[in-house]
Parts: sequence; C-alpha cells; structure tokens
Amino acid sequence: MRVLRCADSGVLVEVADLDEALALQAALAEQPPAGVTDIVPAARTVLLRLDPDGGDAGAVAAAVGRLRPRRGTRAAAGELEVPVQYDGEDLADIAALTGLSEREVVDAHTAAAWTVAFCGFAPGFGYLVSDDARLHVPRRSEARPRVPPGAVALAGEFTGIYPRASPGGWRLLGSTELVTWDLDRDPPALLRPGVKVRFREEPPAPRRRSGPSAAEDGGRNARSEGGPRADAGS
Amino acid sequence: MPAVEVVRTGALTTVQDGGRRGHAALGVGPSGAADRASYALANRLLANPEGASALEVTMGGLVLRARGPVTATVTGAPCPVTVDGRGAATDTVLHLPDGAELRLGTPFAGLRSYVAVRGGLDVAPVLGSRSTDTLAGLGPPRPEPGTVLPIGPPPRALPAVDWVPARPFPAEELDLRIVPGPRDDWFTESALGVLLGSAYEVTSRSDRVGARLRGPALSRRRGGELPSEGMVPGSLQVPPEGRPVLFLADHPVTGGYPVIAVVVSADVSRAAQARPGTRLRFRL
Repeated sequence: MRVLRCADSGVLVEVADLDEALALQAALAEQPPAGVTDIVPAARTVLLRLDPDGGDAGAVAAAVGRLRPRRGTRAAAGELEVPVQYDGEDLADIAALTGLSEREVVDAHTAAAWTVAFCGFAPGFGYLVSDDARLHVPRRSEARPRVPPGAVALAGEFTGIYPRASPGGWRLLGSTELVTWDLDRDPPALLRPGVKVRFREEPPAPRRRSGPSAAEDGGRNARSEGGPRADAGS
Repeated sequence: MPAVEVVRTGALTTVQDGGRRGHAALGVGPSGAADRASYALANRLLANPEGASALEVTMGGLVLRARGPVTATVTGAPCPVTVDGRGAATDTVLHLPDGAELRLGTPFAGLRSYVAVRGGLDVAPVLGSRSTDTLAGLGPPRPEPGTVLPIGPPPRALPAVDWVPARPFPAEELDLRIVPGPRDDWFTESALGVLLGSAYEVTSRSDRVGARLRGPALSRRRGGELPSEGMVPGSLQVPPEGRPVLFLADHPVTGGYPVIAVVVSADVSRAAQARPGTRLRFRL
C-alpha cells in the first residue's frame, strides 16, 4: 500500500489490485478518517477527497496507514438482476476477440457473478468485475460519439451499463431497459460499489418479432413504468 | 417572497454553491463555485450562511430584475455594475428596490463574477447541492431569459460591512503554488523542472471542467496506461501529447492520465479566474 498526496485536496492510496482496493474501501467505510468528504474507489487506488476548509492531508494519510484492510472483505451493498437483450453492435467482434461463439459470450456474461467495483466516467456508471477472464476485451480503438442509454458493454476486465446517452469506447454487448440512474430515487444509482449483479437474457425486442405475447408485453411495461424490481437495497 | 428575474444571461450563467459532497463514489463530481473564495466572500458580505447558492457569471453580461426589494452583491471578476442605469461597485452591498435592474458589464480582469442575494437562491437542490455540474448535466437548470429565481428567507444576521477591499486580479500572469504528485514518477526527471520553469498559457478551450494549457510538453518516463483513478480540483493532468489540463470545479471524478502535480486548494480559486491568454507560472 502506497499513500500519495494530492496537495492539500486529497490522499491517493495505491494498492496492488482491485481486491485490495475493495478491502480498503470496506475498511474506510467502517472507520472514515475525519475531514474526508468523499471516498473514490477505482481499479488500483482509493482516493480520499478532503474538505477544502479543514481536511488535514497529513492526519488522513496517517489514519490510512493505521488501517489493516482484510483481503476478501467487501462492503455489502445488495443484489441486482439486470435483464439484457444481447443484440449489441459489437457482439460479433466480442466473439471474435474472445474466441468464443456469440452464444458462448452471452452464456458467459449471464453465468458470471459480477460485483460493482467502483463508479466513475458519469454519474451512476459502475465498473463491474467477475472471475471470468474469458470476457476481457480491449476498448474499441475509436470511441462512438453516442452510445444509447441502457447499453451493456465490455472493456478491459469490466462490464458496464451506460446510464445516459454519451460518447463511449466500450464494446456493445446488448441493452437493458433497467434505469440505472434516477434522481428521483434515493440513492439514485442502482450500481453502487459492492452491489452484486447477475445479467439475465431477455428475448429480443418485440419489433423484431412477429408479435410478443401479452404476458411478455405486460412484464415489459411494468418494468419501464415501475422501475427496477430487483432489490438493490442494502 | 422576493425573487430575481433573469433578463439576460451573458455567455454562461449557472447557479452554484459550495459543491456536492458525499456522492463521488457514485461517479458524481464536486462541482460548486469555480472561484470558491469570491463566492464565499459574496455570502459573507450579505451575512448569508455558508453554502447559500448564488449565480456564477462568466464574462459578464447578466441582467437581473428584482421582484420585491432585494439585497445583493457582485464579487469575483471586477466588472462594470449598474443598478437602474446608475453606476454601482463590486464587492459592496447593493440594495435593489422592487423592479430595479442589475446589470453586469464585461469584466476588466478575471473571468467569473458572483452575484449573491441575501437569503440565497431558493432553487431545488439535487443530491444535496444547488450546484450545476456542466460535465455531468446535474443540478439546477441553466437560467435563461425569463427564469424567475426565488430567494430564500433572509438570515438573522445583518451584513456587518458595506464593502471589502477588492483582491487583485492579475491580467497577464498568475503565480500558482503546486505540490508534485501523485504521479510525478510517471514523468522524466526534467519534466517537473520544465513545468516549474516555463509559462503555460490558458487556451480558449477552457471551461468549468478545466483550463487547457499551452506550453512546453511534459514527457513521460514510462508508457502504458494508468488505470483510471480519482481526481481532485487543481490536478494538473497530462494527456499523451504532454500539455497539462488544470482541473476546475466540474472535473471528471476519475481520470486515466497521470497527474504530475496538484495546485494547492487556496490557489485553485485564483486559477479559475485566469482568462484565455493568461500565463500561468507554477512554483513549489
């Protein structure tokens, strides 16, 4: 563990891997040092942002040094099931890059136990990790100017869901109708660090079929109006 | 309840307060007034509680009409101020009668002026803050001509002073203190010397997210990708082409380029007043 300073505005703690970052995050959540306004976990680091009017970087760095994070501990944050239509524009590319068939890509993505490691890029954008290394793919060499909201994508060791339309360089696997970021909800993000996620395959969109059954249609409407039904609470 | 009606907004006017805390783990950045010092001064002048929301006006041009009697002040980038056409001063307490028009001209120096009203702007907070995050698209909507901004109840305390001495706004060159790191070890040994020994000009591609700088490139010792990590305001983040970006209030929560040094928090407010063309000099 290496403790680095961001002048008087933050303390950046560098760790060996994601597992250690998650354990440190859990330890910090239990014993937050005084003067810290925000804890920002990332892939190999945890940033502690300091109160601009009274955080003491030296004291915070010392407090972090005294922590003894236990590897394997995670902040418990609930579970979420995400329905996905696996019809993304990059599905064929992902299959080619992983050496799997498109069917095997979908099966791997739905079988894996995912955990939100951290958020970033945009409000409510979670970086999800799993133990299945077969799905690791590089980002696209060129970002798309617009990725639609709800796009489910892969990049590096992560999968993620775009909370709103934005530019993006991740490879598109499919899409979900689940609204992952909603300011009328408290907390607004479904994908919070520590939330465990399962992806469930949904039949393709109704417009591509001869006609959905009434039951399926009803289910879809209930989801879009009533929001997610999966329990993401802690 | 008294209110102010926006007649004209100028280039960019947003509602800001002390910023949004406690949501960075969800990918929500701090936002808030870019020049925290001038914003805090405005609230102090009016005896407002810390954190009362105000308007941040970029390069002047704002026109407000008082609905009911309004006590206001203009701080930050000094600019011509008129109340119903009569000259008024920045950094003073202004009494606007019902219907009076407050106008801000183009600043003589600096970039961002703050218009605060006694009682604060009573717009709906988003995630605990009335700051507009221009990068994330979060917070109160951007005021437009015709927008009526309600004013909160006046605080008990009365303004203690009528004016404060203006702080200097250097037009051409600005000294900023930095602390090397957290990723200075990603750069060649000479890079920090280059950063400290050169002038970096603020370019026109600068906004509330950050000031993009022009100057000698800072070269990296190591290649490869830095895994994305949390950022703070004042970070000097260096993209592969080597010209640093000085992060301001609406900076991204995480970033994937190394930060060679961070401007100390007290100087980030001054950096937020640097217009395109201003030369920045960094020192330890």
